[in-house]
Amino acid sequence: MSKQVGENAVRVDAYDKVTGRAKYTDDLCDRGALVVKVCHSTIAHGFVKAIDTSEAEAVPGVVKVLTCFDVPDIEFPTAGHPWSTDPAHQDVADRKLLNRHVRYYGDDVAVVIAEDEVAAAQALRAIRVEYEELPFVLDAQEAMREGAPQIQERYKNNILAHSDVRRGNYETARQEPGLIKVEGWYDTPTVQHCHIENHGCFAYKEAGRVVVVSSTQIPHIVRRVVAQALGLPWGKVRIIKPYIGGGFGNKQDALYEPLCAWCSTQVGGRLVKLECSREETFVSNRVRHAIRTHIISYVRPDGTLVARKLEAFSNQGAYASHGHGVVAKGMNAFPQLYPCPNVECDSWTVYTNRPAAGAMRGYGIPQAMFAGESHIDDICKAIGMSPLEFRRKNLMPVGYVDGFSKNELYSDSFNQCMDKGMELLDYQRKYQAYQNQTGPVRRGVGLAVFWYNTAVWPISLESSSCRMVLNQDGSLQFQTGETEIGQGCDTAYSQMVADAVGIPLSDVHVVSTQDTDVTPFGTGAYASRQTYIGGFSIAQTAQALRERILNIAHEQTRMPVSNLDLVDGQIVRKSDGRILKSLGDLATESLYSLESSRHITAETTAQIKSNAYSFGCSFAEVEVDIPMCRVKLLRLVNVHDCGRLINPALAEAQVHGGMSMAIGYGLSEELKFDPKTGRVLNDNLLDYKLSTFLDHPALEAAFVENPEPTSPYGTKALGEPPACSPAPAIRNAILNATGVAIDSCPITPHILYRKFREAGLIQE
Amino acid sequence: MEKHQLQYETVRFNLNGRDVERTVDVRASLTDMLRNDFRMTSVKKGCEVGECGACTVLIDGETFNSCIYLAVWAQGKHIRTLEGVLGPDGQLSDVQQAFVEEAAIQCGFCTPGFVLTAEEILETGQEYTDEQLRKLLSGHLCRCTGYENILRAVKKAMYRRLGKEPPQ
Repeated sequence: MSKQVGENAVRVDAYDKVTGRAKYTDDLCDRGALVVKVCHSTIAHGFVKAIDTSEAEAVPGVVKVLTCFDVPDIEFPTAGHPWSTDPAHQDVADRKLLNRHVRYYGDDVAVVIAEDEVAAAQALRAIRVEYEELPFVLDAQEAMREGAPQIQERYKNNILAHSDVRRGNYETARQEPGLIKVEGWYDTPTVQHCHIENHGCFAYKEAGRVVVVSSTQIPHIVRRVVAQALGLPWGKVRIIKPYIGGGFGNKQDALYEPLCAWCSTQVGGRLVKLECSREETFVSNRVRHAIRTHIISYVRPDGTLVARKLEAFSNQGAYASHGHGVVAKGMNAFPQLYPCPNVECDSWTVYTNRPAAGAMRGYGIPQAMFAGESHIDDICKAIGMSPLEFRRKNLMPVGYVDGFSKNELYSDSFNQCMDKGMELLDYQRKYQAYQNQTGPVRRGVGLAVFWYNTAVWPISLESSSCRMVLNQDGSLQFQTGETEIGQGCDTAYSQMVADAVGIPLSDVHVVSTQDTDVTPFGTGAYASRQTYIGGFSIAQTAQALRERILNIAHEQTRMPVSNLDLVDGQIVRKSDGRILKSLGDLATESLYSLESSRHITAETTAQIKSNAYSFGCSFAEVEVDIPMCRVKLLRLVNVHDCGRLINPALAEAQVHGGMSMAIGYGLSEELKFDPKTGRVLNDNLLDYKLSTFLDHPALEAAFVENPEPTSPYGTKALGEPPACSPAPAIRNAILNATGVAIDSCPITPHILYRKFREAGLIQE
Repeated sequence: MEKHQLQYETVRFNLNGRDVERTVDVRASLTDMLRNDFRMTSVKKGCEVGECGACTVLIDGETFNSCIYLAVWAQGKHIRTLEGVLGPDGQLSDVQQAFVEEAAIQCGFCTPGFVLTAEEILETGQEYTDEQLRKLLSGHLCRCTGYENILRAVKKAMYRRLGKEPPQ
């Protein structure tokens, strides 16, 4: 029997995508759609006093202009989290469809609905908004101070949430004589996802219900949010998700679907479309939380961690979106990654007048790893220990179990990954060779590991549903609520289905589009959960389908079920291996039977009450031109233990993409804010320094495969992990090259100039 | 208040081997005309200001960002979109085949533009180094692949066309 799992199957969508036939949201929209454009605030904080729409309404082709004074008085949450029936665990509802209280430069205050793009754009320019301006604040710690501008009425000192971790007694433990204290502050920037397809959606009414076709990662969640925002019963909303041009977490939020749906309802249910421009995508969608982290470690000279303290300040921006979960995930990784008996951690998520921060690939872990792994190398420098030796001594040991998630480290993933990465980069020899260089151009190597856990149990629900429908020819369609967003889950799932049902891969047809009217419930693409979580419902549904098939085979062949098997699309008698009939013949006979006609389907829900650690590391080699304050990345190696690889070629491709995103995070990407107005200064792909083809060395991805025991396919997270450790590895390579410890990313020439001057490496 | 004055012009050009004509708003971009009037939806919009490369088309054999090229400038030109690269029976070009084989496709949104630029590069019949290919392809942004497998795919197609084994 041919096994598909583990093979480099060609992507099921490769042909359609490489020919340009794959249809994305805007490709599907009828050209007769009315165009919706959003009027964004031109102040960072204040109240809309009045809006004069008369000139805008007079523009020929304008159908309607609606403002923050017209929207339903309903505040709704947007985060792409599973709903909680416990009000205490529900996401914060803190925005309306359009907002009178403007909380960032670019907030949504009005919309134009027009016959075409030109009329909509002209009308937008003709809207006159009168504001009562208020002071604004862009920095999280400044926003926490007494007297700072109050951004959300219900949250004193702008603190959306605070949480902590306490182990042992930090204050007592740090008194031990002879300890070395290492302290650092680490800053990470506000960055944006920059999927090449901007978010967009279109909406219309059909049979009294609102239909929204959207570029989203989370159709079932968006249905709930649209209904909440419009005050509709959830069944009155239908969401359709076609192929999407990347998401990376930005589209793990209800973005403009609620507003677009509402606009349709305001023009009699006519078809309206709302497409974000690139500039809107940068400012008025979601961004990654900028997090400032303060770490103090007390270490014995032999490298034993005695007491550690962490404080993290997460810049939430104007609206809660994913909120505190992001920094909390990073904080919770801290005591697990390097277990220490005495730990004190605090994290705060703080509203500011920046764009709203939401989910982005890694969900708090790239920030936490930049801080944590930079700090580890700072400790190594302070005590004179090699970064590798220190990590081998202190990293989470095999057999470690986290008390809350019950996650266990079953294998020696960290050492195996580091061994592999070290060998690939020739790390140890280079680390020694690059010590104590002189001269203007120096080389260095750096290492960083990462902690990641798959999926969201037990913080939230983990559930996946799958449906399989057998065709007359023995092929089948399957559907899940989990979404293809470019990562390749449609292909990985098809491979799983082929093996689990016992049919050739060519007989497996994935229904890629999610339509909440017909797709079984699932919460979508996030938390690197797809292959892990989807695997459960696929395995379970395949089992149910096989049982039905074999029962019908028994009726048709009179052989006992116990002596029947389904192998490669054939009904086989186990005792002698004889093929009794093809699955196609069985299905045709079953469907057209004049005695007992049945179509053969199965549908089940799997609730998953487990979770899995997914670990690995990055090794970087850099060349630093000190007088030019430039870093050239010479090599980057990522090594992952994501369990058993379902499709090694797609896994490798996935890792490349994460590494690329992390190179930008480490070296070039940052949204810049005008301190005078709060406006984003570089809201375009020219000024926002996304990595180009020329900014990368060859990307090297490698794997260690320890099958994950809790997964039916031995798999675990891979989507986000590749983005977690390259930035600190690059930072640590610069430390190795120059002896200079950088405390923020992106590590631009501006940062290097300041730090090299402080270190006396360059003069004025 | 300026009036919403419409000005139209008729533009005649060759699209994927077929002579066509359309009357278009003089302010329309080539992207708009190709997507809206001809439904060439392989021409993608990622920025509409010539930064991302997703809207790339071949104009008289040369790649352009169609979003910053006026529709009326198409007059008399030969324009090729990805729809015109596919063989008459749906056969993939060698470049497309290499993209499939090298797992160079993820979300697929930048793919049409990359394929067309790769076609232009390989049309020269020259052999390029990795660095040269990176530079030639750098007008396209991709957030999924880290460009790695795209480079592998273009190299693979290049060496196949040259009838050479890629250097180890």
